[in-house]
Amino acid sequence: MPHINLKNDLPGIRSAMAYSPKTAAPMGVLAEILLRSNKGLAPAERELIGMYVSYLNDCFYCHHSHGEIACIYLDGDRELVEQVRKDYNKAPIPDKLKSLLAIAAKVQQGGKFVTAEDVERARENGATDMDIHDAVLIAAAFCMFNRYVDGLATTAPTDMSSYPLRAKQVAENGYGSHIYTARQPA
Amino acid sequence: MAYINVEEGIPGIRSLVLFRPETGKPLYDLAQVLLRGSSPLSEAERELIAAYVSHRNDCMFCMSSHAAAARCLYGEEKNLVDEVLQDMQLSNISDKMKALLNIARKVQVLGKEVTPEDIVAAKIGGADDREIHDTVLIAASFSMFNRYVDGLASFTPTDPAVYEEMGKRMVKGYTLPQQTNTVS
Repeated sequence: MPHINLKNDLPGIRSAMAYSPKTAAPMGVLAEILLRSNKGLAPAERELIGMYVSYLNDCFYCHHSHGEIACIYLDGDRELVEQVRKDYNKAPIPDKLKSLLAIAAKVQQGGKFVTAEDVERARENGATDMDIHDAVLIAAAFCMFNRYVDGLATTAPTDMSSYPLRAKQVAENGYGSHIYTARQPA
Repeated sequence: MAYINVEEGIPGIRSLVLFRPETGKPLYDLAQVLLRGSSPLSEAERELIAAYVSHRNDCMFCMSSHAAAARCLYGEEKNLVDEVLQDMQLSNISDKMKALLNIARKVQVLGKEVTPEDIVAAKIGGADDREIHDTVLIAASFSMFNRYVDGLASFTPTDPAVYEEMGKRMVKGYTLPQQTNTVS
C-alpha cells in the first residue's frame, strides 16, 4: 500500500504523477525528450540505460516497465534486454553503449564517481558530448523517478503480463501527460 | 573542467542547461513548481530540504546555492539552515521538519529506505500527505540534480560570496537562462 493516499488506482509512477499533475507535467516532458529523442542515441539505447539504472536502484516497477519498452524498440528481443541487465559487458551491443552504461552505473552511485577516464573511454568508442550528456542525465533522472516510485511505496503490478501491454501504450503514445492520464491497459 | 564542452566560467547546472536547453526547460520548470509553486511547505522549508539532500549527496554546488537561498528565505532564522546542515537532529528546527528531513534523508539513500514508521512519525509531527509527497519528490529530484551537476563535473565556484548572490537570485524563481553570445 502506498505511504500516502494517492487517490487513484494507477500503478507505479503513474499514481504519484496523477496525484500531483503540476509537478508531473515537467517530469513528463523530461521523460519524453530524454527517452524518445532521436538525436544521437536511439530510443532503444535510452530505454536500456533507464532499465539498467532502475535495476541497480532495485526499483521493480521502473526496471520492468522500461525493460519492456526497450524490448519493443528491439523488435521483441527480450533476451538482449536480459543480457544487458545481467552483464552488459558480455551483451552483443556496441562498445559505445557499453561505455555509456558504465558511466550510467557510476552516476547511479553518485555524480562524483564518474571519472575523466570513463568519459575518455566513451569518446574513444564514438560517443559525442551530446551522447555523454544524455547518458548522464538519463541515469540521474532515473535516480529521481526510482526514488519517487519507491519513496512513496507506490504499487507495482505483480502480474508480469501487464508490463508488455503498458509498454506498447508508451511506445505508441510516448510519455508527457500520457504517463498519468492514459488508462491502464486491461 | 567539465567533461563536455560547455561554456567556460558558467557555474553548475546553468552551464549544462545552456548546452541542452530542450532538457533544461523541464528541469527548470520542475524546480520552479516544486520549490516556488503552491505547497503547504514554505519556500524556506523546501529550499532547506534541497540543501540538506545536496549536502548528503556531497554536491557542493547545489548545497551551497540552495543553502544560500534557504538563508535568504528564513531571514532572521537563517541560523536554522546551518544548524540542520551540521546536525539535523540537534538543530532547533520543528519536530515536523525533523521528521520530513528524516524522510528526505532516507530517499537520498534509496526510495525503499522509507518505512511506514517514518511516515507515522511525520504524521505525528503534524505533516499531511501533501507535505510528505512534496518532501519525497524534492529529495528525489535533488538526487537527480546533484548527479547531473557532478556527473558531468560542471564548474563549482568556491567563493561563498558567489553563492550569496546566487541565493538572492534563486529566491525570485527558476527560469531557464538564455544563451548569450558574450560570456557573462
